[in-house]
Amino acid sequence: MSLATCTLLQIAAPLAQAVDSEWEVESAVLFYSESDSRVLAIEPAVYASRDINDDERISLRLVVDALTGATPNGAHASSVAQTFTTPSGRSSYTAAAGQTPLDDTFHDTRVAFGADWDIAIDRVSRITWGGNLSREFDYTSLGASATYARDYNDRNTTLNAGLAFNYDMIGPVGGTPSVLQPMVDPGFTLNRAGADDNKTITDFLIGVTQVISRQTLIQFNYGFGQTDGYQNDPYKIVTVIDPLTGEPATTSGSTFFDTASTGNLPYLYESRPETRDRNVLYFKAVHHFDEDVINFSYRYYEDDWDVTSHTFDLRYRYEMDEGYLQPHIRYYQQDAASFYTHNLELGTDVNPASGAVNTTFASNDYRLAKSETVTLGLKYGLPLGKNSEFSIRGEVISQTVNDGLVPSGEETPDLDAIILQVNYSLLW
Amino acid sequence: MFRACLYSTKNKSVRVMAIMFMLISIPACSSMGIQPWERDLLAKDSMQLVPDYLDNFMDEHIYFSKEASSGGQGVGGGGCGCN
Repeated sequence: MSLATCTLLQIAAPLAQAVDSEWEVESAVLFYSESDSRVLAIEPAVYASRDINDDERISLRLVVDALTGATPNGAHASSVAQTFTTPSGRSSYTAAAGQTPLDDTFHDTRVAFGADWDIAIDRVSRITWGGNLSREFDYTSLGASATYARDYNDRNTTLNAGLAFNYDMIGPVGGTPSVLQPMVDPGFTLNRAGADDNKTITDFLIGVTQVISRQTLIQFNYGFGQTDGYQNDPYKIVTVIDPLTGEPATTSGSTFFDTASTGNLPYLYESRPETRDRNVLYFKAVHHFDEDVINFSYRYYEDDWDVTSHTFDLRYRYEMDEGYLQPHIRYYQQDAASFYTHNLELGTDVNPASGAVNTTFASNDYRLAKSETVTLGLKYGLPLGKNSEFSIRGEVISQTVNDGLVPSGEETPDLDAIILQVNYSLLW
Repeated sequence: MFRACLYSTKNKSVRVMAIMFMLISIPACSSMGIQPWERDLLAKDSMQLVPDYLDNFMDEHIYFSKEASSGGQGVGGGGCGCN
């Protein structure tokens, strides 16, 4: 029986697994906490798989994601206090001078369910059908996938081909904003394009896994994908600044941003392209030393938003008399999307009288900025009998955003986060 | 959609290189590998490509919500608002 069971997102592996008629259950609880009272998440998860018969295996996954805290709204810190309207349009919140504006109405619970069904077609080939559904109060994602894998060269080489399709619906609080239109004071008519919107995500991936020796295994994947539809973050805004003062354009004399009469605040809802083409190259190597195991991966990513990135990931499993220790290091570096901008300037980018914007796309979402992320982690695992294991891991994530040349005090703040996760696996 | 994706000029060199690599892998790899009775180490949980399913799943989710890149390991899995 050689169904690939070692799968995240259906990674077909060529290696044999033992036949078990019981459920193999992995459970985990993850705590995720960001510095400066930003996002706090608690995430319980269960993953269970079992053989149905000699040729079929099913896997089920349930993850709950409870989030609270505050998230940057896209505007940057300023030398003056800034007032924003909540997404519902009913109330306001204020960021003090020098403070990064955070929307603290942020709270969400996400429930995600996934299922995979592996079927052996013959002695050397198999297919995995997958489905997934997730639900947040303002977001629903529905997807299906299929991965075909075939072994060659006495099962030392495995070729994979996978196709996935996802349909996502977003229904933001207050509706989807009209792009590059201003946020308005409570009481004024909101600039809204509609109640909800959607996007489709299609991904294709081919890969080869090769056994090099008794101790070494490598994998090489190439993936391309396309996203079509609504890709804005409906809660993110871009500041319009007065170039004379460097402050948000409220007191600039602009008739459009004369908030008392027009209601317009100097913050425009972001605008991203409706299509995104992505290319990914992925390499992984796993090597067994006398006792220890090293697991290394590298990913190159690029898309037609001009984001390119490099990701290096290294885990070293150090076997001890009782259990194992596993240090982890991850390094990620990305370049900014072509339409990422720190702000828009009144006069140059935005007409002071009409509010007309001379660019089609603009976003100040820090996730589209030039940035680096470094992660350091340590895991301790303790086998409890043959088929059960307890493990705990802690990780520190440090993300640095490089805004380029911006006025002092307006830099996007660094993000520091910690992860604490407890796992327990067993046969049921 | 795939037609547009396959025939767009941007990123073509990356795509061609990747597909070429896949195609030459099968004969090139035929001299590598091991016999069935030598698979003792490869069968261990720690030698799987993804040894810790939930760790990997959680990490993918976190970095998807904090960075502009995603994918590479496989297809499927689902999306999120991740604001």
